[in-house]
Amino acid sequence: MQGQSHHDLSRRDLLAAGAATLAGSSAGSPANAAPASPGAAPASEARNEPSSAPTPGPVRMPVHLTVNGTTRDLEVDTRTTLLDALREHLSLTGTKKGCDHGQCGACTVIVDGVRINSCLTLAVMHEGAEVTTIEGLGTPGHMHEMQAAFVKHDGYQCGYCTPGQICSAVAVLEEIKAGIPSHVTQDLVSAPPLSEDELRERMSGNICRCGAYSNIVAAITEVAGSPA
Amino acid sequence: MKFDTPATTNPIDHLKVVGHPHDRIDGPLKTTGTAPYAYERHDVVAEPAYGYVLGAAIAKGRIARLDTSAAERAPGVIAVVTADNAGKLGKGNFNTARLLGGPEVEHYHQAIALVVAESFEQARSASTLVKVDYKAEPGVFDLRAARGSASPPEETAISGPPDTSVGSFASAFTEAPVTLDETYTTPDHSHAMMEPHATLAAWEGDALTVWTSNQMIAWATGDLAATLGIDRSKVRVVSPYIGGGFGGKLFLRADVLLAALGAKAAGRPVKVALQRPLIPNNTTHRPATIQRIRIGAERDGTITAIGHESWSGDLPGGGPETAVGQTRLLYAGANRMTAMRLAVLNLPEGNAMRAPGEAPGLMALEIAMDEMAEKLGMDPVEFRVRNDTQVDPEHPQRPFSSRPFVECLRLGAERFGWSRRDPRPARVREGNWLVGMGMAAAFRNNLLMKSGARVRLAGDGSLTVETDMTDIGTGSYTIIAQTAAEMTGLPIEKIAVHLGDSDYPVSAGSGGQFGANNATSGVFAACAKLREEVARRLGFNSEEAEFAGGQVRVGNRSVPIGEAAGEGEIVAEDAIEYGDLDKTYQQSTFGAHFVEAAVDVATGEARIRRMLAVCAAGRIINPKSARSQVIGAMTMGAGAALMEELAVDTRRGFFVNHDLAGYEVPVHADIPHQEVIFLDETDPISSPMKAKGVGELGICGVGAAVANALYNATGVRVRDYPITLDKYLDRLPDVA
Amino acid sequence: MTPFTFERAASPAQAAAAAAATPGAKFIAGGTNLLDLMKLQIETPTHLIDVNGLALDTIEPTQEGGLRIGALVSNTELASDARVRRDYALLSRALLAGASGQLRNKATTAGNLLQRTRCPYFYDTNQACNKRSPGSGCSAIEGFTRQLAVIGASDACIATHPSDMAVALRALDAEVETIHADGSGRRIPIAEFHRLPGDTPHVETVLEPGELITAVILPKPVGGRHVYRKVRDRASYAFALVSVGAIVQEDGSGRVALGGVAHKPWRVEEAEIELPRGARPTTERLLANARPTRDNAFKVTLVERTLGSILKQARG
Ligand SMILES: Cc1cc2nc3c(=O)[nH]c(=O)nc-3n(C[C@H](O)[C@H](O)[C@H](O)COP(=O)(O)OP(=O)(O)OC[C@H]3O[C@@H](n4cnc5c(N)ncnc54)[C@H](O)[C@@H]3O)c2cc1C
Ligand code: SF4
Ligand code: FES
Ligand code: FES
Repeated sequence: MQGQSHHDLSRRDLLAAGAATLAGSSAGSPANAAPASPGAAPASEARNEPSSAPTPGPVRMPVHLTVNGTTRDLEVDTRTTLLDALREHLSLTGTKKGCDHGQCGACTVIVDGVRINSCLTLAVMHEGAEVTTIEGLGTPGHMHEMQAAFVKHDGYQCGYCTPGQICSAVAVLEEIKAGIPSHVTQDLVSAPPLSEDELRERMSGNICRCGAYSNIVAAITEVAGSPA
Repeated sequence: MKFDTPATTNPIDHLKVVGHPHDRIDGPLKTTGTAPYAYERHDVVAEPAYGYVLGAAIAKGRIARLDTSAAERAPGVIAVVTADNAGKLGKGNFNTARLLGGPEVEHYHQAIALVVAESFEQARSASTLVKVDYKAEPGVFDLRAARGSASPPEETAISGPPDTSVGSFASAFTEAPVTLDETYTTPDHSHAMMEPHATLAAWEGDALTVWTSNQMIAWATGDLAATLGIDRSKVRVVSPYIGGGFGGKLFLRADVLLAALGAKAAGRPVKVALQRPLIPNNTTHRPATIQRIRIGAERDGTITAIGHESWSGDLPGGGPETAVGQTRLLYAGANRMTAMRLAVLNLPEGNAMRAPGEAPGLMALEIAMDEMAEKLGMDPVEFRVRNDTQVDPEHPQRPFSSRPFVECLRLGAERFGWSRRDPRPARVREGNWLVGMGMAAAFRNNLLMKSGARVRLAGDGSLTVETDMTDIGTGSYTIIAQTAAEMTGLPIEKIAVHLGDSDYPVSAGSGGQFGANNATSGVFAACAKLREEVARRLGFNSEEAEFAGGQVRVGNRSVPIGEAAGEGEIVAEDAIEYGDLDKTYQQSTFGAHFVEAAVDVATGEARIRRMLAVCAAGRIINPKSARSQVIGAMTMGAGAALMEELAVDTRRGFFVNHDLAGYEVPVHADIPHQEVIFLDETDPISSPMKAKGVGELGICGVGAAVANALYNATGVRVRDYPITLDKYLDRLPDVA
Repeated sequence: MTPFTFERAASPAQAAAAAAATPGAKFIAGGTNLLDLMKLQIETPTHLIDVNGLALDTIEPTQEGGLRIGALVSNTELASDARVRRDYALLSRALLAGASGQLRNKATTAGNLLQRTRCPYFYDTNQACNKRSPGSGCSAIEGFTRQLAVIGASDACIATHPSDMAVALRALDAEVETIHADGSGRRIPIAEFHRLPGDTPHVETVLEPGELITAVILPKPVGGRHVYRKVRDRASYAFALVSVGAIVQEDGSGRVALGGVAHKPWRVEEAEIELPRGARPTTERLLANARPTRDNAFKVTLVERTLGSILKQARG
């Protein structure tokens, strides 16, 4: 299969060496014809042309995260997303996997103060990062005000998009406070208002197929204080 | 408990807990991420292996060669399951295509292999090493082209007869002074629930437990046993939290079967979640329809002839989309006909999605009614009022159990400000926006299904309810707790509700908006039995005993209910079973949708500005969660009106836009504030709860209300859903 | 996803050198496009060079009066920058119309430029695709083409470039600053950065192996009214059917670039002389030689109507 590397031997050395350079280890592999730019991405017809070459084993790397205030030392396959590190390695399953492709928002977490889709980032890209998940916001006994507002306004149904909605909602209020504009901000130069239209646009990266949108906006509005 | 005469006064009528907008009791778990879904059961299995599903690359044909050797040698791989090594498999009652394909391939992305490995990353990686050679065969993928070959589907309890006829439709239609004859189309839809189908399977000897995400526990249990060829008693299905289903999780799907087979092959527990890009083609979908509607009326708006024909397709052995059903019941008219025709298509399996039949059926019928009203020069609300019927139009001796349809229409019109609508299209302009209003009827039948429950009363006065009923976001946990609290007089905090486990009594399950009414009635029955036992043990006459405030009281004597249980517990189990009240009476739910929409005069972008639904669905057990059901359904209907379509590649036979970026469903920015009004009614003919289903009513008709609003805004009538701008852009006013 | 080794680059030059020297290497920035494609086995790098640690995350004024935007500046930071909002509103607007808040927080300037097409057949490895697997054919042509290109396409590929940001950069005459493995740098005008598909749709840009984008340079502000209109089926979190980015001056002259119509952000400078005469003549020249399919012919009308609306708004 194309794109399959043959430089197994060097893989671990590479890591050990801090991976400065690795020259000429796999001349002749079709993947080598491919430069690193997407200008000429290696072709892959993966399904139909399996390689007879040995399959390389996983590459493991340590990564240190602070998750909800607790330091976590992990050693993960480099392919592990932050989402799977949370769900599968740390058993923090509050963060959901809806699509694994950045298309739903169920995996939203707050990393170093910023909300992101944890499915489209690797755990190893977050060495030293501070991660806040839904579990870090509150517990059933001590809910965060956003969580309580979701319960009060029935801002969920099946509950699967909900942790992502809540993490997003908390971050959205911060983003508005920080003056970050949105697609619906009329006047780009002044501070964005806290309106329902602003909330709807900013929350649009969190899909709720149960269709709790109207109630979610009510919950966020309540937490935000009455909209301007 | 047999329910065969209309309910009289019963403890539910106290309405101390039932009927109140109680917050969901599962809310704190769901909002804190502590409710465990199927793939998340670290609590029951510490280190499962991971399965990754490989879907077929062709729509129809055979696998000529399947070589798993490279995948098997890949790092971390424990097993590769295919039809070659899975042993003999049966097929469940509810499946049309097999869940594990090979050598025959019945549809695109039909599962053909499961790679099981130590980690998800390894399983995914190894799945690309499975080598498959196919021998593709030609298939039929285009409903329009296959329309001519469609034939009457077999009559089943679900689909009804393929043809119905009352009076003489043909002559009445020809003679009618005002007529409409139009054809409408609805596309294939994907449930697109947020939680992918997922299962964790573990064997203990020959006994299998699956933690999964399924709406109908008993169906899943039976079909899993049947597919594996093992005894049903050896299968346990557990599904306490379900991240949305909408009909897509009514049945056993590939995740369950493959996890079970994978766990067997691996000799240890395995978990499988269908990868999102696989879901639209691998699982079921709402089939596309072509619908021809003919209406004939007198000049005063009285319908004299109404005909509805629908064509849909499915795999061999599959069923039709029953899009004509509501037309048999919704409007009066002496001469009527309906017909369904089913074509064989080699697309993925068609099946139920939220309000099957009515959802697409009303999308067409309620545009037709709008068009007809315009031809008659009548207000669309008045036209519907004119044609109300209080009896089943096909069987006039059969009344509706309750039908406040006209009230819904009138109240909705008043609350929405319908009188401000300009009936002439394309007249209202606000800046760059063309603004319009539209409305449509909502209609969905109320289905009665046997439903069981067990209650356990402990000495401390706490009560546990057990039923295999599921909560797919519908609020089952909460309404069951409310029902049990009302019946026993215990505070709701004392009620624990355990759902979704095949070890519990079989319930109606979640589907067809039959869950809430039947499942709570089952709990009602179990609690009624408990009351008798409690009264007996406390030496009370159960007829006289009053259950309130945690006490049982007759006259001056009052005893804490827990005392009846003493050191042990009292267990009462019963089921609600129905007589023929649904034959004597037609039981349905009604509503009216009102929508205001705006269209950008230049770009054609459509935006919904306001939505209102007025619903009549018997007693509303919990107005808060019921309202959520309705707004959620309205949102899905808005998606169907404006954007949702599985695009068919008619050459290769698959849905091309098979992920959540390609298959667009509404996002926050698409949905305005939504209003829902429930008529204050009870329906004692339906059940002891006097409630009816409401979970699907909200999607019924709303798409047409959006369509009619867009027409009112632009003056361009689009009869092919979804109503995307490419279908009307060139007919908008010139802007240059 | 094939196993890969992972390194955190220490400097731009070192990153470029490592990329050139390591077969199967790719840079990873936000990861929002690359990981998406790696999960589907469409991209199969065997070595990832994480560039996030490079100090390329600032926006600095240039001597020419423009801005130098570091390759790692996130889409959110770029859209929110006060100078960008004031002087290059088109860029802010285009960015804010793209993806979602979460994605924009992660997506970088360089990564956004290099994101690959959303052609659904490219995304499905069961389907032949010349871009994914050169020479295998194109399943999209004759297939479901509603989203695909109406102009500049070839018999080999009719995909579009999905970036909103790139449309604004094209209208703003930005330049892409890069560094090679040997440490030398160059500046590539945005007009030349992306390629049309021709016979080699898998070659999407003029970047050379290992070449790292370090910044995007904006020339000094040109004033005028900046409007970015993105038309799509749902109101947010969706790729454009068509987008029109325009800068319109007081005298009616201006610039227009289009998204959603071609393999690259589409701009035809000669067409802009028609702007004072209106949307129709401008569109006729912008999209002269358009070869839409039955499913996407509406895009031509949509461009004209959208541009018409923008010009009206700019005049009013
Ligand atoms: C669901 C979804 C919706 C989206 N909607 C939109 C939309 O509406 N509009 C829109 O414009 N975009 C949209 N996007 C795309 C998004 O904008 C891109 O994914 C993002 O901009 C890519 O940036 P990144 O930093 O994450 O890139 P990466 O994924 O990190 O990299 C992308 C490519 O660039 C290369 N690369 C990265 N940095 C450099 C560098 N410095 N030098 C050389 N090469 C480099 C990588 O090797 C890779 O090939 C959407 C994405 C998703 C998932
Ligand atoms: S249009 Fe381009 S990207 Fe799409 S299938 Fe054809 S070659 Fe591939
Ligand atoms: S799981 Fe990350 S966006 Fe869907
Ligand atoms: S609550 Fe079910 S998807 Fe949002």
